[in-house]
Amino acid sequence: MKVTLFATCMVDMFQSNVGKATVELLERLGCEIDFPESQVCCGQPAYNSGYVKESKEAMKRMIDTFSDAEYVVSPSGSCAFMFKEYPHIFAGDPVWEPKAQSLADKTYELTQFIVEVLKMEDVGAKFEGNVTYHTSCHMTRLLGVKEAPMTLLKNVKGLKFTELPGKEQCCGFGGTFAVKMAQISEQMVDEKVRHVEETGAEYLIGADAACLMNIGGRMQRLGKPVKVLHIAEVLNSH
Amino acid sequence: MAIKIGTEQFKERVDNGIHDDFMRGAVASAQDGMSMKRRAATTEDLGNWEEWRNHGEEIRQHVLEHLDYYLEQLSENVAKRGGHVFFAQTKEEANDYIRSVVQKKSAKNIVKSKSMMTEEISLNAMLEEEDCEVIETDLGEYILQLDEHDPPSHIVAPALHKNREQVREVFEKKLGYTKSSNPEELAYQARVTLREKFLAADIGITGCNFAVAETGSFCLVTNEGNADLVTALPKTQITVMGMERLVPTFEEMEVLVSMLTRNAVGQKLTSYITVLTGPREELDVDGPEEFHLVIVDNGRSKILGGEFQSVLQCIRCAACINVCPVYRHIGGHSYGSIYPGPIGAVLTPLLGGYDEYKELPYASTLCGACTEVCPVKIPLHNLLHKHREVIVEKEGKAPVSEKLLMKAYGLGAASPALYKIGSKIAPAAMNPFTSGDKISKGPGPLKAWTEAREFPAPNKERFRDWFKNREKGDKKL
Repeated sequence: MKVTLFATCMVDMFQSNVGKATVELLERLGCEIDFPESQVCCGQPAYNSGYVKESKEAMKRMIDTFSDAEYVVSPSGSCAFMFKEYPHIFAGDPVWEPKAQSLADKTYELTQFIVEVLKMEDVGAKFEGNVTYHTSCHMTRLLGVKEAPMTLLKNVKGLKFTELPGKEQCCGFGGTFAVKMAQISEQMVDEKVRHVEETGAEYLIGADAACLMNIGGRMQRLGKPVKVLHIAEVLNSH
Repeated sequence: MAIKIGTEQFKERVDNGIHDDFMRGAVASAQDGMSMKRRAATTEDLGNWEEWRNHGEEIRQHVLEHLDYYLEQLSENVAKRGGHVFFAQTKEEANDYIRSVVQKKSAKNIVKSKSMMTEEISLNAMLEEEDCEVIETDLGEYILQLDEHDPPSHIVAPALHKNREQVREVFEKKLGYTKSSNPEELAYQARVTLREKFLAADIGITGCNFAVAETGSFCLVTNEGNADLVTALPKTQITVMGMERLVPTFEEMEVLVSMLTRNAVGQKLTSYITVLTGPREELDVDGPEEFHLVIVDNGRSKILGGEFQSVLQCIRCAACINVCPVYRHIGGHSYGSIYPGPIGAVLTPLLGGYDEYKELPYASTLCGACTEVCPVKIPLHNLLHKHREVIVEKEGKAPVSEKLLMKAYGLGAASPALYKIGSKIAPAAMNPFTSGDKISKGPGPLKAWTEAREFPAPNKERFRDWFKNREKGDKKL
């Protein structure tokens, strides 16, 4: 199966290990990976801050970049959801709305793609350790992917799982919110860190690099020993 | 009081909120407790909760689409039963009308049941100027009123930010109370004091949870029964409602009341759900001799028909406030509005203007928790986003530095060539700020981030470089 990877700018620039793990994992599961070089950012940072006009240029670029793809897969629920929003954003535009719809229809978040399209629940991963999992808001509430990551993690050999208390609460990232409302964001991420600590987990796993950068960055600042991993890295361990 | 509470700027209010340990503890435990109760009373109890939400949304949208028709029907039916109806476009008009009733009756003693609408029009201040004694009879509101008009911090639980010791102190100072902070003793004191007020009242003023157009009735939902005394004892009654707060018939009222109580307090029904129609009739043993219904617009008709119309679907259950992670940490007073939380952050700029409230739409991570729980499916986080779009693109109220940054973003993100160069030189550009794998004191917009957290140093080998090199390697093989 041919998969076109939408790596996200965050992974491209800051978390290349997540991109590598995604490629290796999908290849191991029998996919052929393509990475179109003209991909940039999905437009979310500007769009969510209210700069719709500015963000549309990035969106058009992305729509064109992925126009020939069969499946578009992204290791981020939030960025994948942004593609799903494109048809609403271009609603009424005779040229771009149909193109945006076509992109939205073939876009999947990584774990969703593995469970729903590849129809796999056990990727043959082995990972020794006590872990907990952060359910990102955009991935669960907006994209609606709740079960897939849990299904896949459950079948990882050696992994001991503890549920995160208050898991439905936002970590305080919220894109530019973390900078514009830094003081509130800090309180939110602090509560998240306290909850992570309560689980006694050695690893915090998530499916969105941005949330992990927020929680991980705070834990690093506070000198917490908990390690942060993207779910692609865990599923790629064998 | 109007919509605005306090005089401080947003940042200052947030700072006060964050440093109020008691308030934060109270809010967090109320949120956690309410979430459990709400889930039990909705998803678990009803099973087909999503169908209920669809139905709730449908009822509210139908009413808003036909608001003119139902308002006319309501007015006719209230008049038919001998009630007086006044339609107030502004809060001044509402207050003028109520003042004229008060003056005509030479009223001096007024009791009120809980009403956000009367807060919105600053009714109490007007009545006090008329030398009336106005008593709030909802216990939470009563405590706040006694405490030098401390503003509400939640639309259902207005005194959420106060603990029982603080309540005891207020009672001691204002009522000469000498007993303990035991809630039962405190409530007993309130009952004793309030009973006298009920008996002496010339006028009773209520809000309105839902008005029923078909019969000209209105419905009040309480757990304390205070609204029943407000409507049973005084000779004159004035009910003040927002113009959108109505339903076509009893059938829809039943659905929405059930959704309101389940979402607001996690109860199947509250202790008192009272439906009243017009003034006292010949064989009635109690109820007012004269009934006035004041229907208030105060900015709502401007929202109607526009891109924010769905905010008028709100039934004031506060479920969105009870799940909001931002409200959780800053509390109600930080919003500077009698309407806090997600619903407040959407509604307040519409009623009070962007000049005063331009920060509120940004006091959200757009996490969607509010939208997910709203029983009438208001897309709250989308409306917050819509506000941002209006602030940036129509009102031009965004900070200049942000505008420049976003302009640069627009150019960079839309151009693969620029993006490639930018991401390539990022590690070198960030080098002065980088130590090992992290940036601890970031420049520009990163400064706020790195005040609390580390920021990762950009990868020297970007993902795209790795992928390209790997493909080259594959080809060589």
